[in-house]
Amino acid sequence: MQNTIELSDVSRSFGRVRAVDRLNLTIASGTATALMGPNGAGKTTLLKLCATLLAPDSGRIRLAGLDPATDGAAVRTRTAYLGHDSHLYADLTAEENLRFTARLHRLADGHRRIDDALDRIGLRAAARRPVRTFSRGMQQRCALARILLQQPGVLLLDEPATGLDVTARDVLYEIVRELRRNGTTVLVTTHDVSECVAICDSAILLARGRVTWSGAVGPADRATLEERLRSPLASA
Amino acid sequence: MTPRTSTADRIVPGAVGLSMVAALYLVFIAVPNDAVQGPVQRIFYVHLAMWLPTFAAFGIVGITSLLFLWKRERRWDHIATASAELGLLFCTLGLATGCIWAKPIWGTWWTWDPRLTLTLVLWMIYAAYLLLRSLATDPNQGAVMAAILGVSGVVNLYLVNRAVYWWRGIHPAVVVTKEGESGLTDPMMRLTLMVCLLAFFLLFLWLLRLRVRTAHLEDHVEELRAEVLEAAGA
Amino acid sequence: MIALLWKDLVIELRTKETLASLFLLGTLLLIVLSFAFDPTHPMREQSAPGVLWVAIIFAGTSAINRSLLRERENDCFAGLLLAPIDRGTIYLAKTVVNLILLLVAEAFLIPLFIFFFNLPFLATVARLALVAPVITLGFAAIGTLFAAISLRTRAREIMLPLLMLPLATPLFLAAVEITRDLMNGASYADVSHWFKLACTFDVVFLVVGWLTFEYAAAE
Repeated sequence: MQNTIELSDVSRSFGRVRAVDRLNLTIASGTATALMGPNGAGKTTLLKLCATLLAPDSGRIRLAGLDPATDGAAVRTRTAYLGHDSHLYADLTAEENLRFTARLHRLADGHRRIDDALDRIGLRAAARRPVRTFSRGMQQRCALARILLQQPGVLLLDEPATGLDVTARDVLYEIVRELRRNGTTVLVTTHDVSECVAICDSAILLARGRVTWSGAVGPADRATLEERLRSPLASA
Repeated sequence: MTPRTSTADRIVPGAVGLSMVAALYLVFIAVPNDAVQGPVQRIFYVHLAMWLPTFAAFGIVGITSLLFLWKRERRWDHIATASAELGLLFCTLGLATGCIWAKPIWGTWWTWDPRLTLTLVLWMIYAAYLLLRSLATDPNQGAVMAAILGVSGVVNLYLVNRAVYWWRGIHPAVVVTKEGESGLTDPMMRLTLMVCLLAFFLLFLWLLRLRVRTAHLEDHVEELRAEVLEAAGA
Repeated sequence: MIALLWKDLVIELRTKETLASLFLLGTLLLIVLSFAFDPTHPMREQSAPGVLWVAIIFAGTSAINRSLLRERENDCFAGLLLAPIDRGTIYLAKTVVNLILLLVAEAFLIPLFIFFFNLPFLATVARLALVAPVITLGFAAIGTLFAAISLRTRAREIMLPLLMLPLATPLFLAAVEITRDLMNGASYADVSHWFKLACTFDVVFLVVGWLTFEYAAAE
């Protein structure tokens, strides 16, 4: 199944501020793209628009061929979003949180999949503890387990490695790579150029709600990418 | 969008002024005293004239709120806000004039007459609407939420009406319900009433137009400001 | 939808915060309102239905507020918005949960009310048992919608009562009138018009809530 992300002429404002300004983007299925740019460039807004957390003021969005405005629930079946908050219920255990997700997504053989996911991220031992007792790293890992459960076609990550220790970050990258191999399209916001180069094969630079540059990136492009981010154009 | 003085803008203020002068003349000079209630009764003409704008405004809030939720065009939101503000104004004036009239006539400031109660509830809904708008953390979201309130209010109105009438119907009335329009036998009185109704309704329409235009201009100014800032930053 | 209900009820059972505060606040209000009226006065029974429903509404308002506020931690509300369900379903699920919590609280508060006002136990319970769910559903429906709205304002705690109460006037009047008439020995047929009003209110606001929750809840 094609997991393309397409935005045509999408705009979104918050009060007077134009967060996203007539954006046109196409992100091919199965690729991993980094969204970079200064604060306030519109990266999080763009991600939230794709996640159907926000609706565009104008323009059209298409995810995996579906329009969020009309097929919201169907889009959300295929899309997963991870932001700064874990969206976990603090009073429920890790396992219960996952079971909740499994039910919402109507997953078959949920128990087995939950166990597998917990094993993958190393939280099996803590599965029966309330999330309130978890550290941030553990919460983030639990959120990753939720993503593993869902096996989304489109994965949207907003600065996912923030506050994670090295182990947790490695787990994160591994999961992203694994999902990519299975055909998931990944869109990641990040300030970290090494991260961008580590998990993505292309990057889009945003400034003031508009695309200033886009293209493929490989390990060799680190320096040039940093230059671009520092240039006056980037913060225009 | 520069405001142009259209024909309506030229005629309406004139019409308002004219009808107001006529109304004032009629109410204070021309119309005879009511046989039973005496000169105090004159306030009744103004009091009654407050209700047409109040309920018209409420209806407008309801309809424009629905249109705003559906179409998301700013102008519906402008009209809704303007209507709510003016509706609150006329409602307050109506309640106030009603109380002033009631005291000498019935000997009490307030009764739980169904119409009064309904109006009081209406007042609260208006006030809540405006408070919601001002306290919203994001103005756009505030507009949407207020629209939901606006629609709920109107949808609810029929139910409130029935409830309040049944409520007062079961218990003995505290005071005899006021005779309204039916008590006006003198044609002069009817004329005065008509003129007052017209005058205040025209006033309402004119103020509405002014207020909506102000809202448009505010938006326009903000847009210009944003453009200037962006150009300056580049 | 079942998943949503399950989730909220499990959390509630585990923490019991909302139920506890509902019950305590309701009891407190019943007591304070009883102070407000002279216990020896023969007309005291007239005030009883009002007292009961005021206590239920105010305690209920704070409970509904809390149930929606709970979704704030870790921004779970965004989690719900991200789920593959219609936004209207979130509203219905929340309304049902609030309804259940309020009914459980009423199961405790009504006997207390009977106790304070010295009313015939079984008769009152029997009469209220049919009425309470209908009225409470209306409160839950309108409360859930406006709680979601008031969470996005700067004065959360007062916003919900301010929004809800004027609109809930027909429901409140119906509640008090039905309770009073039934307690005075009227039959169900006598109060059927109030009953129909309450049912209409319920339906109207469930529909309005279901349709507009999306706008109330989104950014």
